[in-house]
Amino acid sequence: MLLDVKELRINYGTVYGNLEAVRSLNFSVEKGESVAIVGESGCGKSTLGLAIVRLLPPNATYDGRIVLDGKDVLSLKNNEVRMIRGTDVFMIFQDPLNSLNPVKRVSAQLLEALAIKQRRAGKSFDERATYKDMVEGLTSVRMPDPEVILERYPHQLSGGQIQRVVIAMALLMKPKLLIADEPTSAVDVTIQAQVIRLINELKKEYGMSVLFITHDMAVAYTVADRFLVMYAGELSESGPVNRVVKSPLHPYTEALISSIPTKSRNQGELSTIPGSPPNMLSPPQGCRFHPRCPKAMDICKTENPRYAQRDERILRCHLYG
Amino acid sequence: MAEPVFRTVGLTKYFEASKRSLLSSLVSRSPRAYIKAVDGVDMEVASGEVLALVGESGSGKTTLGRMLATLETVTNGEIYFMNQKVTKKLRKKVRRQVQMVFQNPTDSLDPRMAIKDIVTEPLHKSSVSGQRKDAMFGSALDLVGLDAETFAQRRSRDLSGGQRQRVAIARAIISNPTFIVLDEPTSALDASVQAQVLNLLSRIHDELKLTYLFITHNISVARFISDRIAVMYAGKVIEIGPTEQVITNAKHPYTQALLQSVPTIQTQDIVPPAGEVPSLVNLPSGCRFHPRCPHAMEICKQQEPPLKRIGEVDAACWLY
Repeated sequence: MLLDVKELRINYGTVYGNLEAVRSLNFSVEKGESVAIVGESGCGKSTLGLAIVRLLPPNATYDGRIVLDGKDVLSLKNNEVRMIRGTDVFMIFQDPLNSLNPVKRVSAQLLEALAIKQRRAGKSFDERATYKDMVEGLTSVRMPDPEVILERYPHQLSGGQIQRVVIAMALLMKPKLLIADEPTSAVDVTIQAQVIRLINELKKEYGMSVLFITHDMAVAYTVADRFLVMYAGELSESGPVNRVVKSPLHPYTEALISSIPTKSRNQGELSTIPGSPPNMLSPPQGCRFHPRCPKAMDICKTENPRYAQRDERILRCHLYG
Repeated sequence: MAEPVFRTVGLTKYFEASKRSLLSSLVSRSPRAYIKAVDGVDMEVASGEVLALVGESGSGKTTLGRMLATLETVTNGEIYFMNQKVTKKLRKKVRRQVQMVFQNPTDSLDPRMAIKDIVTEPLHKSSVSGQRKDAMFGSALDLVGLDAETFAQRRSRDLSGGQRQRVAIARAIISNPTFIVLDEPTSALDASVQAQVLNLLSRIHDELKLTYLFITHNISVARFISDRIAVMYAGKVIEIGPTEQVITNAKHPYTQALLQSVPTIQTQDIVPPAGEVPSLVNLPSGCRFHPRCPHAMEICKQQEPPLKRIGEVDAACWLY
């Protein structure tokens, strides 16, 4: 097991009161496995990603355990956390433009990452070999003219190119866990397809574990071995992608999948989930999905469902005990 | 086909690539560079249909929509609205009949205005009495599924994303238009809310007998909402035809590549096209897709293919 999250709870202190962004979450990621965290905005999926690299804003408080490759991330000191970022865990952010330094050339930024990696491995820095690595890295993400790209500044590249530079950086660092937070929502479908392909190849070639955070069920289906569906800070359903997509058990997963348009409007309306995601400052009592759930029972309004196992899956719903 | 609401002939929009001061434009000898956002589009939008305009960013789909809504001036070519050529004089008349819904309702609604003022603003210039205005506001909000009384005095910041887009739709339909340009109306919304808004748009279309130009990059959404699909690439419409035909039996290699790179929950396989989107300043010669096309031939590099009828669709490709 590479990543093990136990009873994780994350709260944000805001001027409007306490916001419980993640509530008693348990899950794990095996070596070489890719897990997609799927959910709507505000469900806590990005907060979870940030917690694993310990980049939560200062108003966040947390308890529980995040064990990454034997280290308890949440109890590490700040300088110890810095040592695992980049080489143990690497994060790709949603907006590619914000993830590179605008006043430094691409080469300087890749060089910085490589220098850190070599220092941690206890090797001496060899500039010529490093340059060769950088060119190879850019070539392997199918970047044409890597030598030209290296001399460019981020603003001279397109969104898709920047995202590939960041992936090239991940590839050079060869982290044990790659966290990708909506890496394709700012790029076009054709570039999205390229990025997804690259991440899949990286996983296969280096046995890298991937935590893919997205709101798009279809995108998640193309990258992941396992789904983790979240709603309002809680896990709803987790299990192998094919089982979850073909026969969803949790009412939320089921509704989410059937609201994806697959036919023409002449063949009838889309099925929808009534209402909208809850205000996280005052989430509903009991199961947080019950006000929108078509199968809600009396118990759902008062009691928070426990974790249950059924059909290779972990579920949190009163329908399944 | 029913009578076209809009017809465009060789419609073109160029933007200047870099602004120059008066002095340097007089002195400098280098030719001006232009971004060819829309480059010769001949298209018809039939009355009562939903035409989806799909393509990647930079393909010119938004610019084309804005030109039809007269928000953008035309560089070259002509637009005919109800068989009348759109001129400066006619612009007012077109604007009364054409409305637009933008991508992000958070940006397109004034945060300081009450919902009622936002929705009734299009009636401002017409001589509608206060009482009539209230009634129209009530029925517009009713159509989009919001309660007029509860929402009248709220601000947009109190609303959820889906409710905001409903308000934007109410604003578009209150003046009783015939044609609405919808520019990515659901791409800023959550999956569960997107389905609600798509159902709503479909219902309003049928009830008010509207014509839609639905701009989107999401093929599944286009498939749901549209009767016909037009695919744009680098400023040109390269394929247009009935939705099911285009999706199940695409003719143009670019449409095929686009369809293959869309992730669905049916297959885990996606195939991205090779190469990058071309620069709109220096477009490739001949067919603008030829550098990325797996079937490129000699003629593709030299001559631009015209739109040709193949079966039930029109495609611009030398393969046919």
